[in-house]
Amino acid sequence: MSRLNAHEKKTVTFKLNGLPVRADAESRMLLSDFIRHEIGLTGTHVGCEHGVCGACTIQVDGAPARACLMLAVQAEGADIRTVEALSPGEGRLSALQAAFKRHHGLQCGFCTPGILMSLDALISARPDAGRNEVRDHLSGHLCRCTGYVTIVEAALSALDEIRREVKSNV
Amino acid sequence: MKPAAFDYLQAATLDEALDALHEAGGDARVIAGGQSLVPMLNMRLARPAVLVDIMRIEALQKIERSGGDILIGAGVRQAKLEAWPDLANRLPLVAMALPWLGHVQTRARGTVCGSLAHADPSAELPLSLIALRGSVHLRTKRKKRTISAEDFFLGMMATELAEGEMIEAVSFPARADGTGYGFNEIGRRHGDFAITAVAAIVTEHSASIAIAGVDDRPRRFDVPLPDDSGLDDALNEIAWDLNARDDIHASARYRRELVRRLGRRTIEEAAACLA
Ligand SMILES: Cc1cc2nc3c(=O)[nH]c(=O)nc-3n(C[C@@H](O)[C@H](O)[C@H](O)COP(=O)(O)OP(=O)(O)OC[C@H]3O[C@@H](n4cnc5c(N)ncnc54)[C@H](O)[C@@H]3O)c2cc1C
Ligand code: FES
Ligand code: FES
Repeated sequence: MSRLNAHEKKTVTFKLNGLPVRADAESRMLLSDFIRHEIGLTGTHVGCEHGVCGACTIQVDGAPARACLMLAVQAEGADIRTVEALSPGEGRLSALQAAFKRHHGLQCGFCTPGILMSLDALISARPDAGRNEVRDHLSGHLCRCTGYVTIVEAALSALDEIRREVKSNV
Repeated sequence: MKPAAFDYLQAATLDEALDALHEAGGDARVIAGGQSLVPMLNMRLARPAVLVDIMRIEALQKIERSGGDILIGAGVRQAKLEAWPDLANRLPLVAMALPWLGHVQTRARGTVCGSLAHADPSAELPLSLIALRGSVHLRTKRKKRTISAEDFFLGMMATELAEGEMIEAVSFPARADGTGYGFNEIGRRHGDFAITAVAAIVTEHSASIAIAGVDDRPRRFDVPLPDDSGLDDALNEIAWDLNARDDIHASARYRRELVRRLGRRTIEEAAACLA
């Protein structure tokens, strides 16, 4: 059993966007704060801190999850991806990110990192996904700007493109 | 919106978790998926001195057949049950209810047993367990007991769980031949907590419904078969019998109307699966 007393700190180690990271955390530190303040990756946004808005959504072992509802110490050993992982290289956008730009899938951009991480997980797990699955994944996110229509269009366009690429590669 | 300080224990075995709960008594809380507890910690509606994390206990990760039941361990996340290949066949009612439980993102972490322990009056899994007349396996350092769902849920976020006690597993009775199941829910948005949710179970000779979101806990009733002229009266009586209240989401009157209409529709859908 591992025990961490209230004001003690523990070194937490996990894989973040493919690279090992380590930093100290108290038991009560949320994973969202750990990623933003201890690691310094601020792409993961924080809105409500009670699981409702979806801004903090990251991928934990491949599945989209709320960073604000995990303790940093619970991430020990996990494989975590944040929005910073999506770009294939300096100044380049992934198919999903490019589709968001093309279809005006964002305005202020506050909700965008979380939504991208949910949709990216959907695209990897189910490249055959359609409108219903996209809408189902979006139900866990609040966007106060776009009205969602352009987000759905962007996701469907990215899915289309990815399916065409897969076909032309075989 | 940050939690107050707490000691954090990550248990490697069930015995370690039970020892820790026993030692800390009323000051300790189990943390499972964290999807209800962490919001409460963040808002400081809960300030436990000790959190006992049970998610790395291998023995609690099981989904298995046990007689006519499906036994689900306290470490099983909702997404894992949703992906279980036998779900639609063995637990059709749970298969219908799960997609309504929060969102993909919360089901990835939240557990089946955590939802039972949390005992929200409108939650889908407590409703399904009540409808199926399942049972909950509880355990302390010293003793084990199994109690029926009917006896487990006591009221609004109140259960039979005692100090130092945790849920080890839950038993959902598996699908029986010649039985039809139905589930419906009305909420503001898909994934929000239900204003009212209804589960129905119908055989050739019997029908029952269970209702969540109206009273302070899910409740189950035997009802006449769908082609019986007495069904509407029975549903009306149930609607009045449940302690419907006005709240920010809906009026008591609207909830009673949902019991009548959603009740009938769900029973009819369950009967239609029989044919
Ligand atoms: C945005 C959002 C939407 C949601 N929508 C819904 C919804 O529509 N329907 C619904 O039912 N739920 C909903 N939930 C809550 C659901 O996601 C939780 O997963 C569930 O209620 C609790 O399970 P958990 O494993 O996350 O438990 P935790 O949050 O870890 O624990 C919850 C409580 O149960 C106790 N507990 C947990 N496991 C045990 C155990 N084995 N023994 C004893 N005590 C235990 C904890 O001490 C705590 O008091 C929603 C949550 C969020 C954030
Ligand atoms: S900040 Fe995590 S869901 Fe809103
Ligand atoms: S783009 Fe502003 S909240 Fe979604």
